[in-house]
Amino acid sequence: MSEDRLLRIPVMARVEGKGALEVTLREGRIGEVRLSIFEPPRLFEKILEGREFREVPDIVARICGICPAAYQITSVLAIEKGFGMVPGEEITRFRRILACGEWISSHSLHIHLLAAPDFLGYPDAMEWGRHDPQTLRRGFELHALGNALMSLLGGRPVHPVGACVGGFFRFPSRQETKALAERIRAALPLASALVRWAADLDYPESDRAFTSVCLQGAGGYPMNEGRIVSDRGHDLDPADFEFRIREFQVPHSTAFHSLLDGEPYLVGPLARLNIHGDKIPEDILSDVVSSGIRFPSTNMNHSLLARAIEIHYALRESLSLLEGPPPAGPSFVPAEPVEGTGIAATEAPRGILWHRYDLARDGLVRKARIIPPTSQNQSLMEDDLRESLERAGLDRPEEALRKDAERIVRNYDPCISCATHFLDLTVHRDDG
Amino acid sequence: MTMSGSARPEEGSKTPHPKPRIAVLKLASCDGCQLAFLGLGDKLLELSGQVEIVHFAEAGPLGPLTGLDITFIEGSLSTREDRDMVLSVRKESRFLVTIGACATSGGIQALRNLASGPLLSSLYPSPEVIDFLDQSTPVASLVPVDLELWGCPVTGDQILGSLRSLLFGALPPVQTDKVCLECKRRGIACVTVTKQIPCLGPVTLTGCGALCPSFDRGCYGCFGPAENPETSSLARSFSGLGLTPSEITRRYLFINSNAPAFLKEGRRWQGGDSHE
Repeated sequence: MSEDRLLRIPVMARVEGKGALEVTLREGRIGEVRLSIFEPPRLFEKILEGREFREVPDIVARICGICPAAYQITSVLAIEKGFGMVPGEEITRFRRILACGEWISSHSLHIHLLAAPDFLGYPDAMEWGRHDPQTLRRGFELHALGNALMSLLGGRPVHPVGACVGGFFRFPSRQETKALAERIRAALPLASALVRWAADLDYPESDRAFTSVCLQGAGGYPMNEGRIVSDRGHDLDPADFEFRIREFQVPHSTAFHSLLDGEPYLVGPLARLNIHGDKIPEDILSDVVSSGIRFPSTNMNHSLLARAIEIHYALRESLSLLEGPPPAGPSFVPAEPVEGTGIAATEAPRGILWHRYDLARDGLVRKARIIPPTSQNQSLMEDDLRESLERAGLDRPEEALRKDAERIVRNYDPCISCATHFLDLTVHRDDG
Repeated sequence: MTMSGSARPEEGSKTPHPKPRIAVLKLASCDGCQLAFLGLGDKLLELSGQVEIVHFAEAGPLGPLTGLDITFIEGSLSTREDRDMVLSVRKESRFLVTIGACATSGGIQALRNLASGPLLSSLYPSPEVIDFLDQSTPVASLVPVDLELWGCPVTGDQILGSLRSLLFGALPPVQTDKVCLECKRRGIACVTVTKQIPCLGPVTLTGCGALCPSFDRGCYGCFGPAENPETSSLARSFSGLGLTPSEITRRYLFINSNAPAFLKEGRRWQGGDSHE
């Protein structure tokens, strides 16, 4: 019989965090799968109420130390929309550079410190580094470049200080921009080597149908703009998103789960690459050819390779944006608060990040709603665990089951916290 | 380094002396301060050779929290489970170090301490399943802390600097300079003097390198209050720059709202005037 154990679960207000997993095995099958995100709630949506619009980017950055810029960019885009502001091409260009930096930084961290040890058979990156320091160092170099891009526009990679409603407090100097462009150009071969290495990893087979969801806009591979589309025909204005997804609380998690039109779906690098692979330059994808892996892919393990491809893409993209003409004109447009609602969605490193702010005429936030990527992926993650573990066979030692379960979860890069070895797997065996 | 009564010999270790045992723990936080470790690059690998990283969930190791030489804690206390864990880990740690605003002052989420009404039930349909304390508080409100590293986030230099001292059994010198001094050192023109931008630099600890002024904006206090901060006179100068009392309150009640000096000044201006 099943054990309905109530976990004492501190959780976070819908962002990444510590997690636990509970799986019930019943007569050779899986009963319940409970992926618990038990980051203590931090109640950001409440903290935002009554704060002035100017403070919002620095508040929401603190939701996530790994993707603070995505929170900042999404919040300023939403507030600008609410105020009817149009900051213009230069500011849009530098925001894309900032997003590139964060993708590179976040993806490099996830691949090297969190996910790759799963495919290489090491317990952690430190142990991997003792055996193969060169490969890990390449990851560190790419991570540092992503951080340097974020620092160019915000002084530091965690909670950068450069972005504001209307644009940036200042643009980087020509000298700073040029120096970083040179570093990036010199590092492109590293990114290409990373993609080839990632393509050659030994990925377990997996073929599960799922719906990929991401943005689609005029700016090429999606980052900071566009409609919300899927490979099953969805095509939504971000303003309509909240009416099509259903968020619900499950007893074992303080992160909400979400369904799009009643179904689980995937957001993040693999979803983006599945839908927009044609926007990645041919020569970047050519590094994958010899592996036989093709996108779109229904193997979630390939999300690691998708991250590597996005790192190379984001380096190339940021280089070409940095090498554009030096910015002319002011770094921000002045904000004039008006009463109203502003909604925006961007592609954070882990997928669609959606913000809505109800703003008063004095510029204070009346109400805020934030839908982060991880809660969107959580239903699919649990389905994947159930099916993939059953398919691989349950009559195995718990250690093997635990490792598989951890790898499956890490494929989704659940907004991080302890995405490496964070799982506290409890296996209840009811067959007896 | 000798750690009588705390360090344990490593099983199978070939080193003659046991390596110092280190843990990095996380409470309620954004994980950004742990990145000060994870972003160390090569130095992280060096560190993992010099010390035994016993427990650091985000990096992998999940060893038992016993016999620790240095324990770093990120995040604020906001659940019963975390409170129990901190009580226990204090007993097991020779040095306990808080990293970042959350662990040191309660963090941005301490703003909820100032709110009225049932916050949780307004966000979660079933709040009763959530383990949650009334207030978000710093680690030092529960147990003695040997070293507090301020910052939102802390930097890799703060981490490495403190490790170097602590591995020799000594507490590092405490930084007490204000952001203002850092601007002068770096030759950054004062944003208040030259552009009339309100700036918390005169009352905030340095450590960031005066980042915000270098980006043409005022400091917002993420490294917390400096020693003997003249919060009231700065607040009056904010008033002179045209800030309303509620704007002055929000300046102080932000990243480190629960730090006593900022909390006191922020409250003083709450409700319309400074009560002076």
